[in-house]
Amino acid sequence: MQSFLNIFDIYLLEAVINGILLGGVLALLALGLNLIFGVIDVTWICYAELVMIGMYGMYYLVQVFHLPYWAAAPLVILLVALLGAALHFLVIAPLLTAPPINQLLATGGVLFILQSFATVAFGIDFRNLGIRLPVLALGEMNFSYARLLSFGAALVGMVGVYLFLTRTFTGTAIRAIAQDRQIMPLMGVDPKRIYLVTSAIGGGLAGLAACLLVLQYDVHPFVGLSFGPITFLICVLGGLGNFIGGFIAAFVFAEIISLGGLFSDLEWGYVLAFAFFIVMMFIRPAGLLARRS
Amino acid sequence: MNRQAAGWIVALLALVALPFVHRDPYHLHVLVLILIWSFAYTSWSIMGRFGLVSLGHGGFMGIGAYVTALLWNHLGVSPWIGIPLSMATAGVLALVVAYPCFRFRITGHYFVLVTLALSGIVLQVITATRDYTGGSLGYTPQRAPSGKGLFALQFDDKITWYLIALAVWIAGLVIWRAIDRSMIRHAMEAISEDEDAAAAAGVNVTAEKLKITLISALMTALAGALYCQYQMFISPDTVSGIAVSLQMVFAAIVGGVYVALGPTVGAIITIVLAEVLRISFGTKAVGWDNLVYGVLLVLFIIFLPKGILGSVIDRIKSPRKPSRGHEQQIVPIARR
Repeated sequence: MQSFLNIFDIYLLEAVINGILLGGVLALLALGLNLIFGVIDVTWICYAELVMIGMYGMYYLVQVFHLPYWAAAPLVILLVALLGAALHFLVIAPLLTAPPINQLLATGGVLFILQSFATVAFGIDFRNLGIRLPVLALGEMNFSYARLLSFGAALVGMVGVYLFLTRTFTGTAIRAIAQDRQIMPLMGVDPKRIYLVTSAIGGGLAGLAACLLVLQYDVHPFVGLSFGPITFLICVLGGLGNFIGGFIAAFVFAEIISLGGLFSDLEWGYVLAFAFFIVMMFIRPAGLLARRS
Repeated sequence: MNRQAAGWIVALLALVALPFVHRDPYHLHVLVLILIWSFAYTSWSIMGRFGLVSLGHGGFMGIGAYVTALLWNHLGVSPWIGIPLSMATAGVLALVVAYPCFRFRITGHYFVLVTLALSGIVLQVITATRDYTGGSLGYTPQRAPSGKGLFALQFDDKITWYLIALAVWIAGLVIWRAIDRSMIRHAMEAISEDEDAAAAAGVNVTAEKLKITLISALMTALAGALYCQYQMFISPDTVSGIAVSLQMVFAAIVGGVYVALGPTVGAIITIVLAEVLRISFGTKAVGWDNLVYGVLLVLFIIFLPKGILGSVIDRIKSPRKPSRGHEQQIVPIARR
């Protein structure tokens, strides 16, 4: 019995740490979505599909054009950033004055477009980079370097965005426009340009997430559906547009999925996470950290 | 007015007579699919037109299909009892999720995302309980022994299915029309304009929203159960989940959510498009139909938010002086 408990604890600890590592990438995804929501007041339902396109970009650059991973990653980040800007320019900009639900549904249309574009262009086969990173054995626990690397890179990315938002003029303008979109044009800030820059940054974060996720998961056209919904739930749970709330919620969700998956199948981890979300919506409808308005 | 009523009756008789004149099984199959999905899209538009944009309907449809099939396969419960039970299950789930949503004033983006979580839950539960539901490989209701087709609600005959689907579709339109003419509609329009003002004017906001959600969820579950009984094969991806929810939203919006036949037009367009692509390009067409849907959805939301039928009817009614009646219908899909 004693030995059983020991093994159990090791697994538990491993699951907890893996949850934290998963939380890093989820937090990165949530940050991009929150940035766009906070500034432009739009939910990109197709956010995970941008990540999917980025993952395919990595696959083609690394596997087909034989670029090294470190050279392919910046190109993909740039590509998805451009995609984000294009999405804003083509779809969101004409709808800026429309009811918010229409904007959300239009990005739902983009979700269809990107998914089926990937199906048509790349086929429905599962693909991977063919890079297998070694596994770190710490005592009796195993962690893959891919996860550690993702966690580290996600943290660096988030710190980078934080510094950009607080230390540069454009970043300050972005934060200001999130607070009051009427007054900022009077202060000499062009909201159209800020929206475009924000969309590009949001896209860039999706690109970074794509570079990290492609190390751990196979790419297929519907891969977005496996982490897209959870990203929205994280953002809503943290309070849409609330960066710190999203950060905390990402780790809460990651732990629920990881621990739920430990005791049963991974799907039950997701079911638990979704159910937890619905219950939390009733307890704190405006997010974990929100003041009730 | 009498001429209009006569027109409806003639159209109805023509639809009933159609399978006895034109017996092509493939055409009938497409028609049955169109009728069943039209009914599902109509159910969505019943609440969608008032700004209650739900992405949880994939969940209700999945419950309708899976509960009916599971009861039949594991307990031998006839779909005649199973379908009402599955509808009740979906209804209870709708109330459990919707009541707190409406009570705590969760609207707009937040409502969409809560309902998104709901369809996510249903999809994951179906996949996770793969020992009973077959998981993502799909599920088939057991064939009834011959002679017990009526008891099992299984018919090989396409004409029977066409008539069943037609009856259900008409019932859906009648419900749509009844709501369109009832006090609920006025209450819901007031709510979608401004909840506080509506409450101040004496509208019980939570109760009205719950009523409309319940009706919509029950109808969607029925659509799911019918789809299951007709196709005799269901998989989590075809009857539940976010993709199905988005498909409902798409078809309803393209057809037009503010007119009774709008969702039907949406269903005709989507299903005919998918079939034409499938027949002319075969397996090469995989993905193309959704690509076209996606582009259309974006274009429609930007340029024709009232949908095809809604815009056409506007044109016909009066290009110069829009009547007051339809002016009221230019409610955007939602306000905050």
